[in-house]
Amino acid sequence: MIRRIVQKLGAVWIFTISVGVLYLVIVLINPLTALAGLRTFLSLFKKILPSLGIVFFLLFVSNLIVENKKLLSFLGNKTRKAGWLIAVFTGIVSAGPIYLWYPLLSDLKEKGMREGLIATFLYNRAVKIPLLPMMVFYFGFKFVLVLTVYMVLFSVLNGYIVEKLVRLKGERI
Amino acid sequence: MDRKTLKSAAIGLLNNMKTSLPLLLGVLLIIALINNAIPPEFYARIFTGKRLIDPVVGALVGSIAAGNPLTSYIIGGELLQQGVGMLAVVAFILAWVTVGVVQLPAESIMLGKRFALVRNGVSYLFAVIIALLTVLTLETL
Repeated sequence: MIRRIVQKLGAVWIFTISVGVLYLVIVLINPLTALAGLRTFLSLFKKILPSLGIVFFLLFVSNLIVENKKLLSFLGNKTRKAGWLIAVFTGIVSAGPIYLWYPLLSDLKEKGMREGLIATFLYNRAVKIPLLPMMVFYFGFKFVLVLTVYMVLFSVLNGYIVEKLVRLKGERI
Repeated sequence: MDRKTLKSAAIGLLNNMKTSLPLLLGVLLIIALINNAIPPEFYARIFTGKRLIDPVVGALVGSIAAGNPLTSYIIGGELLQQGVGMLAVVAFILAWVTVGVVQLPAESIMLGKRFALVRNGVSYLFAVIIALLTVLTLETL
């Protein structure tokens, strides 16, 4: 019965409905917490809207111009240094929260982008250039420099290890 | 560019939006709930003062916490002032920005369960390792 419901609705809607049910339960237990949560949700949603627009625009452009063969030569299994550099650079300059990028990455993965590059891109999302001055204010320049260098270097190692582990049993994700 | 290509790109986008929008709404709702449920004062209370355990605890809490990275810097700065070790604070900040327990369901659905679990697990370990390397490097510089 449960399996049939999951198949019919799909994992996405099961997840979203579960969150809605969680809110309903909290409304019954503590309506003020649920209300505060909804207010924060609206404020977050307003903040991410511009970035969401950019991601969907990029998705449209990738559907329009990115040919699978060209993409594979840069980001596919045979990629060399260039693919890793692209993942590092685009990860650093990409804006907005990490989860906004899942749709685009999922699309690129279907087109053949390798798992290691996706993991490297996601790791470099943690290097936030606009926030670096704030980090310097709290922790000092030397700290930020050392940490940023380690993060960028380890992002490639992260991608490499994730890819090896994901493919350990010979299966692609 | 012909109309057929444009139409096909638009259909691809709409199909992607049908999956990703409800997922993003779900993630945002959970993040909003966690932001309200965990007050900033909570973070200082969970550290033990033990040099070996605190980085692991810091990375664990950072993995569960969600929100703007700026918030993690502010909380990290406050934790340092309250006497929490640098190692623990760096692990906390790193896990906050690289590991996402709250986003795990969304990441699993969009990028694959195995990928999401492995990536978050490796990133958790890296948070502790990079914290250790950063502190050691700063001490020797």
